[in-house]
Amino acid sequence: MPKEIFELNEREVWDGNYAASQAMRQARVDVMAAYPITPSTPIVENYGAYVANGYIDGEFVMVESEHAAMSACVGASAAGGRVATATSSQGFALMVEVLYQASGMRLPIVLNVVNRALASPLNVRGDHSDMYLGRDSGWIQLDAFNAQEAYDLALCAFKIGENHSVRLPVMVHQDGFVTSHTAQNVYPLSDEEAYNFVGDIQPVDDMLDFSRPVTYGAQTEEDWHFEHKAKQHKALMDSRSVIDEVFAEFKKVSGREYKRVESYMMEDAEVAIVALGTTVETARVAAMELREKEGIKAGVVAPRVFRPFPFDMIRDALENVKSIAVLDRSSPGGAMGALFNEVSAALYTTPKRPLVTNYIYGLGGRDFAVEDAIEIFKEQKANADAGHITTPIQQFSGLRGPKLGFFQTKRGS
Amino acid sequence: MSQDLKLKATDKRGIHQLGGDELLGWDEVTQGTILTSFEGDASDIVHKKAEERNYSDFNSYTATVASWRVIKPVYNRDICIDCQNCWVWCPDTSIISRDKQMLGIDYDHCKGCGVCVEVCPTNPKSLLMFSEYEELDSALAQWPEKKKKESK
Repeated sequence: MPKEIFELNEREVWDGNYAASQAMRQARVDVMAAYPITPSTPIVENYGAYVANGYIDGEFVMVESEHAAMSACVGASAAGGRVATATSSQGFALMVEVLYQASGMRLPIVLNVVNRALASPLNVRGDHSDMYLGRDSGWIQLDAFNAQEAYDLALCAFKIGENHSVRLPVMVHQDGFVTSHTAQNVYPLSDEEAYNFVGDIQPVDDMLDFSRPVTYGAQTEEDWHFEHKAKQHKALMDSRSVIDEVFAEFKKVSGREYKRVESYMMEDAEVAIVALGTTVETARVAAMELREKEGIKAGVVAPRVFRPFPFDMIRDALENVKSIAVLDRSSPGGAMGALFNEVSAALYTTPKRPLVTNYIYGLGGRDFAVEDAIEIFKEQKANADAGHITTPIQQFSGLRGPKLGFFQTKRGS
Repeated sequence: MSQDLKLKATDKRGIHQLGGDELLGWDEVTQGTILTSFEGDASDIVHKKAEERNYSDFNSYTATVASWRVIKPVYNRDICIDCQNCWVWCPDTSIISRDKQMLGIDYDHCKGCGVCVEVCPTNPKSLLMFSEYEELDSALAQWPEKKKKESK
């Protein structure tokens, strides 16, 4: 039990980093092994201060790199503790090898990822390169669009990952600077409410159980590896129902509702933007403006849970829309954007198969304004009216220089 | 006299190749590929000798890793002074010793690295490397004589 009481107001003014660190304190994280990196540093720095000042009975482990940070988290989690850390960008990239170890060993570590671009060129601002880098790592990925959500989802992350039918690590993503460093009103739970919601960790196969010694990190070759990876994938797919249950329980204690796919103004929407992170709120403002001023029935769909990818819910949210813009905030490296590909694959299994286009935007923290979203909506409206895609399928929004785009729709004569 | 090849072994030592014999489906493998070392409660395991432990099928104790060994150490009881150097240095706990008396080699787990021979202080050595195919009795019959100090 903590020695000191941290006093909270019903409404606090917190940025995303501070909000996430308060969730780490309230969940009573046993071990945090961390290496600081902009823009996520304050999360681990604050946790360290909570430990030093007696607000939490935990262990802050200083390490020499992010690879070591995640490795220490793996050890502490295998030992049976509640474990969390935070990182961004290059630090995330250095962690990647161990991310796969953590999920393969089914260790419910919580990683706060403050999304930031990947070098080169070096850049500290927010885009989704690091989030996308983690998308095949076997982690659950929750996406916060503002500081309140960074706090709420961090609490949910422990309850989801530590659930015995899940036992998987969970990332909670927030956008670098726009969320992490922007102070907003945040309504925290009381310490008691928060901890009662998260609950005590119930260890599984913990290495500190000396009555049942276990080996972690076994080697399996072609005769065993496939079965283990399939079992892990199934656990990730099956976590969907647990995520829904945890979100429902969270609504009971907080009044705030989360869904694996968030839909805004989609009841009658003719055109839609699909996006992640803070862009969701920008697109919502644009959709409202277009509805009020121009009568365009615009809506926004946002995966709250990026992994496991909500294939069926995305399809249900979008199948009756005429033209959809899927926005990817990561350089796609010689392909269509990853979110575009996944949304398109889901929509391909519907009878109507709406028009889907891809926009690359906001790389390295390039601002994405309401006007940019309005322009994208208008292009979708033109597609909807024409009945086919009138632009290149992949375009770039907010890019200087000659207009850049790739691929045209193949149309029958 | 050559040693008993199942020296201080339970019935399960080295009974299968690495990886197990029965190939299970994805729904039967352990969560997180964790491997339990013992059957049942192992709280007191540290006080039990290897031959008294209930090793699980996942423990490498039940597997043999001898198939890739090409040279093996042979132990000569007549020369050994029970200094325990080989027991301390063996990287695979394959030196079998009880009550500080050296008994022999666990040939199910020894990989033939030769460290035990290197650290053996007797003259001649009490452990020497021979071809994997050399019979133990034949190896012992070839044991070298004590080396005389070279005169300066």
